[in-house]
Amino acid sequence: MEGFASKLVDLGGPLLLGATTTIAITLSALALAVVLGLALALIRLFAIRPVTWAIAAYVEVFRNTPVLAQLFILYFGLPYLGPKLDPFTAAIIGLGLNGGAVLSEVFRAGLVAIHHGQREAALAAGMTPWMTLRYIILPQTWRITLPPLGNYAIALLKDTAVVSAIAAPEIMFWARNLVTSTFETTFVYILAALLYFCLSFPLARLVEQFERRQRAWQ
Amino acid sequence: MAEPLLRVEDLHKDFGSLMVLKGVDMTLDRGHKTAVIGPSGCGKSTMLRCINYMEVPSRGHVYLDGEPFGERLVDGKFVRMSEKELALQRAHVGMVFQGFYLWPHLNARDNVAIGPMKVRGMPKREAYELAEAMLEKVHMGHKVDEFPERLSGGQQQRVAIARALSQQPKLMLFDEPTSALDPELIGEVLNVIHELAVEGRSMVLVTHEIRFARDVADHVIFLHDGVIVEQGPPDDVIAHPEHERLRAFLRQIMDH
Amino acid sequence: MIADLQAFLAVYTEHWPDWGPQIYAAIWVTVELTVVSFLIAVSLGLVLAVGKLSRIAPLRYFCTGYIELARGIPALAILFLLYFGLVPLGIVFDAFTAGAVGLGMSAAGYIAEVFRAGIQAIHKGQREAALAVGMTPITTFRYIILPQAVRIILPPLLNMLILLLKDTSICSLISTEELMLRAKDLAMMSFLPMHLFVLAGVIYFLLAWPLSLLTRRVEVRLRQGLRRAPVA
Repeated sequence: MEGFASKLVDLGGPLLLGATTTIAITLSALALAVVLGLALALIRLFAIRPVTWAIAAYVEVFRNTPVLAQLFILYFGLPYLGPKLDPFTAAIIGLGLNGGAVLSEVFRAGLVAIHHGQREAALAAGMTPWMTLRYIILPQTWRITLPPLGNYAIALLKDTAVVSAIAAPEIMFWARNLVTSTFETTFVYILAALLYFCLSFPLARLVEQFERRQRAWQ
Repeated sequence: MAEPLLRVEDLHKDFGSLMVLKGVDMTLDRGHKTAVIGPSGCGKSTMLRCINYMEVPSRGHVYLDGEPFGERLVDGKFVRMSEKELALQRAHVGMVFQGFYLWPHLNARDNVAIGPMKVRGMPKREAYELAEAMLEKVHMGHKVDEFPERLSGGQQQRVAIARALSQQPKLMLFDEPTSALDPELIGEVLNVIHELAVEGRSMVLVTHEIRFARDVADHVIFLHDGVIVEQGPPDDVIAHPEHERLRAFLRQIMDH
Repeated sequence: MIADLQAFLAVYTEHWPDWGPQIYAAIWVTVELTVVSFLIAVSLGLVLAVGKLSRIAPLRYFCTGYIELARGIPALAILFLLYFGLVPLGIVFDAFTAGAVGLGMSAAGYIAEVFRAGIQAIHKGQREAALAVGMTPITTFRYIILPQAVRIILPPLLNMLILLLKDTSICSLISTEELMLRAKDLAMMSFLPMHLFVLAGVIYFLLAWPLSLLTRRVEVRLRQGLRRAPVA
């Protein structure tokens, strides 16, 4: 039993270190994705044809190609055109761009769900389009998009495992290193899996709460 | 004396701490019609659902044609039937629900035919003929191809009745068949039930339509708080109620 | 800029005799991987969904637990466990099997929830009516519940297929001989990462995009309420 406890500490330590990187990458990429997604959704609603078409193309490309391909292009391909990104930054930008595409669709659906009649009523009441957006549309969009947003966050957390392939020092990266040095293959990979579960579980429960509150609100 | 078609013995049903049925006994002979009336929550629906074992009695037994329903006697002890045996037994009892519960992905003909086809293995052509005959009987023969969403409440309920009839059942159970209908649609459903009654179908009818119960039934049961408070021929129970509770109930329900 | 683009594309024509056959073979592996893992996920997912809805408590707990774990752990972690983590215990999978089974087991968690939502969307009363007519629970499920549930389930299921297609790229990290690994190997050997990863990206896009369009068309048609179902 003592051996088990010390093994847990020896192996758990580096994994927890990786977990901090995992969380950092998740939060940063999430922030980038939300800002990008919301911006794209809003622009798409009001812009001219060529712009909406370009945004649609961006969304289709990023949603129909694997994240790994996007990361590889960013990390291995980009240096040949000039800039070389460190793994951490490449991970955040890659995941963020991917997330921006996904979330732009989520926000677009949320905006459109409210858009028509309420906007007209607001304009009829004398509000400017900007006021309409700020006081009527966006506050409601938020409520609708919270569950899919939460689900995306969980998916993002799991996707960070993949950035180990471009040498970002998150959980999976540390897990592989540990295995090479200690040969505790089974133990380490089970521990890593459980660690991810511990991180995603509270998020999943939170999303469940959002969904329940949303159903009640309807 | 011939065995009655339906015999309910000392029926109890509780849902956790809530005692809904507290000892109900009744019999129904073949060709007879019993109406069950009473205030909401008194256990009428529960009693009906215990008859075809949709609810499992907490105590007491149900006998259909002398055979225990949902259970078998093994060495003098009652043992629950398997799902397969229960299903076969249920096929002899037709049930019509308050909410109709037609299957939305099937048209009227298929709704009625699928039972005979899948439960009794009837060939498709025969089942379709039976279905169309039953639908004709409830005056829905012109709507055999329609899907439930295009039918009014009254039409849907009549299709539901045809569905139950296609089982060629020994006994029909009606669970407040008109309670979910708009007033102007109630009549067409009651007419169909009346025709079935005149035909000589055995039925237990739970209903709020007191006048209809009086016309159709040859025996009326007043259920209150899980027990039978009064029962007898409709002219006695409805025209000359004895118990105060029954009188209060009838007064309240006839007053609109 | 056009000249740059031309130079970029010229690389492909130059290397195609070498790359072409290898890429082509790898695409097939990707497709096989997608199909096999999808089939595993759907079968396992259906079983899990039914188990989660069953009245037998231990079965319910087990299925719920599995679904929670599968949805909370990255596919990559599961792949590593299957391919590397079981070896000390004497269980050795080849890369393709580990990939297909790992992706399948992971996706089964999501698909189980999709099935469950579809089944529960059917009003309880219809099930009661079926039992009252004398159908067994199995017959009820087969002719009443499932035909309707399928309509609700189809779009998310198709989405899952697209997701699995993209996730097969992760199997490259346990050295499954699919498209991403081939692209990476060729990139390393030719020092042309941009070309190869862009090529890989384009191929994935050409595989996934038609599926996306199909899914959208299916969603629209289902919403228009085409709910006919054959009875026999």
